[in-house]
Amino acid sequence: MNAAATYQTVEKAGVRVAVLSPATVEKIKHALGRFPKPLSAVLPAFHAVHEQFGYLDEPMYEAIAEVLGVTRAEVAEAATFYTLFPKQPVGKNLIMVCKNISCALRGADNLISYLEKRLGIKVGETTPDGKFTIWKVECLGSCGTAPMMQVNDQFHENLTRGKVDALLEKLAK
Amino acid sequence: MAERVLFKYIDDPKQHQMDTYIRHSGYSALKKALKEIKPAELIEMVKKSGLRGRGGAGFPTGLKWSFVPKNSGKPKYLCVNADESEPGTFKDRQLMEADPHQVLEGTILASYAIGCNHAYFYIRGEFVFGHQRMAQAVEEAYQKGFLGKNILGSGYDLDVTIVRGGGAYICGEETGLIESLEGKRAFPRVKPPFPAVSGLYNCPTVVNNVETLACVPHIVNRGAEWFASLGPAKSPGTKVVCLSGHVNRPGNYELEMGTPLRELIYTHGGGILGGRKLKAAIPGGSSVPILTEKSIDVKLDFDSVAAAGSLLGCAAVIVMDERTCMVWMAQRLSEFYEHESCGKCTPCREGTFWLVEILSRIEEGKGTMKDLDLLLSICDNIAFKTVCALADGAAAPVVSAIQHFKDEFVAHIEEKRCPWPHRAFDFDGFVQN
Ligand SMILES: Cc1cc2nc3c(=O)[nH]c(=O)nc-3n(C[C@H](O)[C@H](O)[C@H](O)COP(=O)(O)O)c2cc1C
Ligand code: FES
Repeated sequence: MNAAATYQTVEKAGVRVAVLSPATVEKIKHALGRFPKPLSAVLPAFHAVHEQFGYLDEPMYEAIAEVLGVTRAEVAEAATFYTLFPKQPVGKNLIMVCKNISCALRGADNLISYLEKRLGIKVGETTPDGKFTIWKVECLGSCGTAPMMQVNDQFHENLTRGKVDALLEKLAK
Repeated sequence: MAERVLFKYIDDPKQHQMDTYIRHSGYSALKKALKEIKPAELIEMVKKSGLRGRGGAGFPTGLKWSFVPKNSGKPKYLCVNADESEPGTFKDRQLMEADPHQVLEGTILASYAIGCNHAYFYIRGEFVFGHQRMAQAVEEAYQKGFLGKNILGSGYDLDVTIVRGGGAYICGEETGLIESLEGKRAFPRVKPPFPAVSGLYNCPTVVNNVETLACVPHIVNRGAEWFASLGPAKSPGTKVVCLSGHVNRPGNYELEMGTPLRELIYTHGGGILGGRKLKAAIPGGSSVPILTEKSIDVKLDFDSVAAAGSLLGCAAVIVMDERTCMVWMAQRLSEFYEHESCGKCTPCREGTFWLVEILSRIEEGKGTMKDLDLLLSICDNIAFKTVCALADGAAAPVVSAIQHFKDEFVAHIEEKRCPWPHRAFDFDGFVQN
């Protein structure tokens, strides 16, 4: 999935705008109703759009701006601040390994090397089959169960080689 | 062990459900408050309890609530700080996952006290499960009439909305959180004005930590005097302490404030991994000065830890054994602050970058003695010279590491390598070669 992923867009006044699913639009509109000002719904919108596409990019900012009734610049300004949302396609399983202190004290660096070896890629890369991307991230609030990593929405804690092997096998299917 | 208050039902796998929570006398504080206690009296009660904020700064909670102007004519807001991103901290996550109604009941009580009709939860984006649990609790509370219009026939209205963050540590800083809720980049605001006067949408706003709010139902149920009687007079209550690093039993422990560090590490935590020697511990999350094994008898409460030269912060105790390289530790933490600096203030944005550069070269054996002065001078130029306290937190581990372990820095420089075997911290026997 390293190649530019394709999704549906429409051209409006010379600008490419992503086509959001009705469910995504519904989520954003629901969020709009919970705040006195529309720009506040931008974070909920990022989550909804991220859920649909797996990442965020310019045509999606346009689409969010349209639903919220704010400018594209306001949406882009906020989006580029937040690291949780990839800004380009990533593997089907985004592995985020915590490298901060409590995990590092319990072998996070060696966990990262082990993952790199197992998957044959370096941190920041995606496997050629598009199944895995490895990111190194900061503390995930799971320091008492170190070392740990998050794969998409799920935390995996107290990791051992056995657990990592079993997990990678399951996710590769 | 002292009585567990916030963690009393933490191991009950059904505690997150409304009926279990109610069976454990949940929402009795809310019923009592709405019937018998006026908002101003509730503020007084929390003041009298001595409760201090659990988010890091230890500010008296009742006092903070009392700063909210009564007649500004503007809406008032409560923001629940569930951004929990301080390295070493994982208590709010457990409170939200295992006992979300306790947090929610505290939120409703706090909102009632300050006259807020819409409270916002700001949960860090990575806490997907914690968010699910909180969202379910909120939904159940609406169904039961604990949220919404005319709660339990009292005439009091409250809505609660949950917002998920986008993975930025700075959103835990209260004004960064407010900016983020407004849909902007989370650049902290200059204070004053404090949020209590001008916060979310420039309206009076209280920002409180998850654990702080979870204490409130117990204060209402059992009285301010009871709470004030737990632990030291000036920092009463119990505290959920997050224990991590080189101990046999890491995890969250709810202890009376003032429990000695020794008891935490050796009794609750089962001692140091492999029976090794303790070298250093960070008592309050990564943003506070490190302590050496000499401070093993310090009592874990706000004032005692401060007297020992550090801060209780959010009581996240990170334990390091004798194998740990202090230059590496400082470098690893500096990388965090560099990554999380929002970029608004030049000293922090540039300073954290240079801390990483210099610590990295010392760790790689390429440092000079002049680098030590340079590190201290950079720290002096960023700490307490920026809009928010992130920079103070970035300087604290570096300054204290040099203060307590200067010989280790010198050894790196003289031997032109890292003499410590920390790279061997194994992950289940796997060591990179
Ligand atoms: C850089 C930075 C990050 C912070 N992160 C958090 C956090 O994740 N959670 C939290 O409760 N407080 C955090 N705080 C403290 C908040 O600014 C604020 O003091 C706290 O939420 C107030 O709540 P309390 O009075 O209940 O402790 C942070 C402060 C700074 C300077
Ligand atoms: S340091 Fe890894 S989860 Fe906190």
